[in-house]
Amino acid sequence: MMFVTAMAAILVTMILALLRARRGPTVFDRILALNMLGTKTVLLILVVGFLTARPEFIDLALLCALMNFIGIVAVLRFSKYGHFADR
Amino acid sequence: MTEPIATRLIVILLLALLGWTEVTIARMRQLWAAVMLTGIFSFLGAGWMLILDAPDVAFTEAAVGAGIATFLMLATLGLTTREAKSPTAFKPLPLVVVIATGIVLVYGTLDMPHYGDRQAHIHTYPEPSYITKSNAEIQLPNIVTAILASYRGYDTLGETTVILTAGVGVILLLRNERRKPRDGVDPTAESTT
Repeated sequence: MMFVTAMAAILVTMILALLRARRGPTVFDRILALNMLGTKTVLLILVVGFLTARPEFIDLALLCALMNFIGIVAVLRFSKYGHFADR
Repeated sequence: MTEPIATRLIVILLLALLGWTEVTIARMRQLWAAVMLTGIFSFLGAGWMLILDAPDVAFTEAAVGAGIATFLMLATLGLTTREAKSPTAFKPLPLVVVIATGIVLVYGTLDMPHYGDRQAHIHTYPEPSYITKSNAEIQLPNIVTAILASYRGYDTLGETTVILTAGVGVILLLRNERRKPRDGVDPTAESTT
């Protein structure tokens, strides 16, 4: 039951992040929504693992978190400089 | 048991969110926001695939769809424009084509076995002999490794060749891009900032 509650909270947060990505007037609202959804996916992977009593995918969640971090850094860099080139 | 019902509800909700994101992307005129939403779409899809017991596909989706694809799309936006042109007029033909294709695809899934069906061909056809025999035949503790590296060795060799070729191509393209500014003025250097 505990994991079901956690899952419900995560899904509600996902819906709210999606709403923000849809509404978000500025670029940074949308980046924040993307980052939030990536984090929630990590949590979703973990909670689904424990919900189905097979928590073998924890390392997958770690990798997902790392990818999310790299992606967000790239997006932020792009939003600041407008390109990815090293000049 | 509450778990199966909970999982089913999660799947339904995730699919609903996926559909919602798709509609939002299609209606979005700001391309930047559309790229962010494709990243969100990939994350949602990854969550859904994980629940369907495909963690490898889920991770690939999260890494490629949300990571690399977002990155590449943003790089494209940096070279082109950030606003989509507003649609000129409603054209019925594309809608009809899309709906017809969708109907054909749904019709195609009717033949497929149900999720978790033990009698599905995939679980019965090359019989479960890999599981019983591979340890004696290949002497590898991991069955997937035995299949990939021995039973399907040539296939794997071809796949890695394709990936190597793609990697070499990408490296060549990027090197070419980097040399340009040295020869002269790069036309894209300042126009995007």
